[in-house]
Amino acid sequence: MQRNAGHIVAKDITVAYGDFVVQRDLNFTVNRGDIFIIMGGSGCGKSTLLKVMIGLKEPAKGDILYEDVPFWASGDDAREAMKRKFGTLFQSGALWSSMTLAENIGLALRQYTSLSDAGIREVVDYKLMLVGLAGFEDYYPNELSGGMRKRAGLARAMALDPDILFFDEPSAGLDPISARLLDDLILELRDSLGTTVVVVTHELASIFAIGNNSVFLDADAKTQLATGDPKELRDSHSNEIVRAFLRRGVPEADAA
Amino acid sequence: MNAALTCSTTPEDTLAVTLTGDWLLDTALPGVEPVLERLRDTPAPAAICFDASGLGDWDTGLVARLVSIRRDAEANDVRVDESGLPEGARQLIALAFAVREREGARRKARDVGFFAGIGEKTQRVVGRGRELLEFVGELVFSFGRLFRGKATYLRSDLVQYIQEAGAEALPIVSLISFLIGMIFAFVGVMQLENFGAGIYTANLVAVAMVREMAPIMAAIIMAGRTGAAYAAQIGTMKVNEEVDALTTLGMDPIDFLVTPRVIALVVMLPMLTLYGSLMGILGGAVVGLSMLDVSLVQYASQTVNSVGLNSLLGGLFKSVVYGSLVAIAGCQQGLACGSSAMAVGQSTTRAVVMGIVLIVVSASILTVIYINLGI
Repeated sequence: MQRNAGHIVAKDITVAYGDFVVQRDLNFTVNRGDIFIIMGGSGCGKSTLLKVMIGLKEPAKGDILYEDVPFWASGDDAREAMKRKFGTLFQSGALWSSMTLAENIGLALRQYTSLSDAGIREVVDYKLMLVGLAGFEDYYPNELSGGMRKRAGLARAMALDPDILFFDEPSAGLDPISARLLDDLILELRDSLGTTVVVVTHELASIFAIGNNSVFLDADAKTQLATGDPKELRDSHSNEIVRAFLRRGVPEADAA
Repeated sequence: MNAALTCSTTPEDTLAVTLTGDWLLDTALPGVEPVLERLRDTPAPAAICFDASGLGDWDTGLVARLVSIRRDAEANDVRVDESGLPEGARQLIALAFAVREREGARRKARDVGFFAGIGEKTQRVVGRGRELLEFVGELVFSFGRLFRGKATYLRSDLVQYIQEAGAEALPIVSLISFLIGMIFAFVGVMQLENFGAGIYTANLVAVAMVREMAPIMAAIIMAGRTGAAYAAQIGTMKVNEEVDALTTLGMDPIDFLVTPRVIALVVMLPMLTLYGSLMGILGGAVVGLSMLDVSLVQYASQTVNSVGLNSLLGGLFKSVVYGSLVAIAGCQQGLACGSSAMAVGQSTTRAVVMGIVLIVVSASILTVIYINLGI
C-alpha cells in the first residue's frame, strides 16, 4: 500500500444553499491514516461539508481532491468509482429498515463483488464480529438499540473495505460508555486497516480522544478559523473563539 | 498471483496451513473446506499454524476466511497459533473475537409444516377481523367523547381533512363520473333502440348513476385517494413514534387522528356522490342527445321523472356507509402499521384492498335490503 501524504485535499470550497452561503473558502488537507475532525458549533455547516465530501451535494465553488483527482470536476462514472472507496456512517445509522442486518451489509457485496452467497455470508459474519454484533445477522434494525444500530451501520460502511470512512456525529444519542467504545473501535479500525477517517462531531471528549487533525468551522465568520491537531489548537491557537470552543468556554486560567 | 492454500500435518500433530498469492475480496479465492474438514476429523489435530511468507496483497477476503477457520478450530478445541500471519490480520482477528457472541442472540430458522402454515394464516386472518372490530368499538367510544365535548382534536386539522377529502377530489370524480355516464348512455342507446325505446336511456343513466354507480365509484376513488393517504399518514406517524408522543400527553390517538378523518370522509363522500350523479347524468345526456332523435326538454323531463326521492336518499345513505368503511379501513391499517418503511407500504396497500372489499360487500348487502324494502 502506498502512503503518500494529502489523501484528501479541499481547495477553496464554498458551500451554499441557493444564495445563502453556509461556508466559504475552505482549504484543508487530510493525510492518509488521519482521523480528521470537522468541528464547530451547531448549525455552522459541518454536515453540509460532509455531504459535499461524499458526493451528496455539489459545492458552489472549489473542489475536493482525492489522491490528487478532483471529485466534482470528474464525470459521473469516475465519481461513482471514487464513491465506491468511501464508507459512510450516517447519524442514526440509516439502516434499511426492511432488511435484516445481514442483508443490509450484503447488499453492496452482492452488487459490486463476484462473491458467492456463502462467501457473502462469511464476510458479513466477520464484519459483524468486528463491530461486536456477532449472532445478530437475522435481526431487523428496529429490533436493536441505538448503539447497536450505529455499530451495524459501521459494519455496513466497512462492507467494501473502504479507503476512507466518513462518520456523521458518531456519538450523538449514545451514552458516554457506548460513545467511548465506538471511539475505541474507530481507533482500532484505523490502526489495523490503515483507513483514513473523517468525523463530523462537536463532542470534545471524542475530538481529543481520536482526532489528530481537524478543521474548525465558524458560523459567524462563515469560514474556517483553524486547522490542525485539536490538542495544539486548544493550547496555542491565536484565535480566542477556537480556544474557547475546545475548552467548553471555560477561561484558560481556570482550565489550567 | 492467484491465491492458493495448501495444508499438511507436521509430526507434532499440527495442521500447517500455507497461504500464497493475493487474497483479495473480488478475486476467485480458494475454499477453506479442506482445512475445516481436517479440523472436524477425529481425532482432531492438536494445533493449527499458518505460514504466510508467500502471501501478497490481502483484504477482507483473507480475514473473513481466517475468522471462519479460527471459529471452527475453537469449536473443536484445536489450539490456534497465529504467529505466522501478518500483523494487521492478527489485529483484525483479535478485534473480531474481542466481543463474544451474546448467548441466545442467534435465531434458529423455524420450519412450519404445510397444515400448520395454513392454520397460522387462518388465525392471522381471524385476528385481523377481531382487530378491526375492536377498532370500530373504540371509534364508537371516541364519538361518544366527541359529542360530550371531551375529545381533543384540532379544528384546523378537521377543516384540512374536509378540504382534502372534498374539494380536492372534485376533478377526478368529475372525470370518472362523466365518462361512466357516457358509457351507460352508449350501452342504453344501442340496446334500447332495438325496441324503439331509446328515450329510456335517460332513465337508465339517471337511475344507475343515482342509486348505484355514483356512490360506488366515488367510494372507490376515495379508497384509492384518501383511504391510502390516511394509512400512510398515520403509519408514518407510528414509525416516527409521533403516535406514542400523543399517548404520553394523555391524548387518545383515536380522538386526535382518527375521528376527524372519519367525520371528514363521512360528510364529504355523500356530497361527492351527489356531484358525481350530476356529472354522470350530464355525460349521459351528451351521448343521448347526439345519438337519439329527442329534444333537450324531453330528455330532461324523462330524467327528472325517473329519479324519485327514495332513489336519491338510498344512494346517499350508501355513500355514508362507504365513506365510514373507507375511513375506518385507512385509519385502522395506519394504526396497525409496523415500524419500518416497508410496513407503511404494506398497510397502505392493505387499506386500499380492505376498503374496496368492504365497499363491494356492503354494496351487495345494501342492494338486497333495498330490493326487499321496495326502495
